[in-house]
Amino acid sequence: MNNPFVRVQIEDFDLSTEVNWLRENHTDVGAVVAFVGTVRDINEGDDVQQLELEHYPGMTEKALENIRQEAHKRWHLESSLIIHRIGKMQPKDQIVLVAVASRHRDNAFEASHYIMDYLKTNAPFWKKEWTPEGERWVDARLSDEQAMQRWLA
Amino acid sequence: MVNILYFASFREVFGQAQEQIPAQFANVGELIHNLAERGEHWREILLENAQVQIAVNHDIANRDTPIKAGDEVAFFPPVTGG
Repeated sequence: MNNPFVRVQIEDFDLSTEVNWLRENHTDVGAVVAFVGTVRDINEGDDVQQLELEHYPGMTEKALENIRQEAHKRWHLESSLIIHRIGKMQPKDQIVLVAVASRHRDNAFEASHYIMDYLKTNAPFWKKEWTPEGERWVDARLSDEQAMQRWLA
Repeated sequence: MVNILYFASFREVFGQAQEQIPAQFANVGELIHNLAERGEHWREILLENAQVQIAVNHDIANRDTPIKAGDEVAFFPPVTGG
C-alpha cells in the first residue's frame, strides 16, 4: 500500500497542489506551514552543477513515516505530508517538501521544523554532487546532528 | 542466508549494491568481522569506521543486533538528504 502522506519520487511537485490536497476535508485547519528544500549552486565553496539523490527503497519510506508519526504524537496536527525527490537534479530544483496543517500556527511551525531536522539526520538519503573538479559524495554536517539533538531535551 | 545491501560511497568502493551470504551469524558484529577479512577497504569501511550506519530489516541497528536467516542487513554512510 502506498502511503499518500510519504512520497519518494523522481518527479517534481507543485506546492499549491499539495497544500490544497493536504487541507482537503479539514475545515478545522487554521495554519499550514510548508518547507521547500531546493538545490543550491554552491556547497563547501565549490560550484555545484548537478546533484544526485540516492535512497534505500523500503527503509526510507518507513523512516519518513516514523518521523511523521512522532510529530503527530508531539503536537496536535490535523495532517502532514513529506515528499522527497530522488535522482538527478539541477540548481534551483525542488528537492523536498514538508507540509503540516494544524488548528494553530505554533504547532505547524514547530512540527515542520522537527520533521525536517529528523529527516536530515535519520532518513536514508545520500547526496552526490558534481563540481568542475568532478563528482563527490556530500559529507554529513555536524550542524544537522546538533539541530536534531535539541528536540531530544 | 543473509541478504546484504550497500549504499552510496560504500556501494561504489565495494563495487556491488547487494549480495547474499550463505552463512549464519549471531549478530551484525560477527558479519562485519567476516566481511572485513576480504581486504583493506572492507576492514576500513565496516570495521574501523565509527561512522558506519547499520540497518537490519529496515530498522536502525548496531553491532550487537542479532541476525537470523533471511534477514536484510544494510551498511551505509551517514545520511545527507533534505
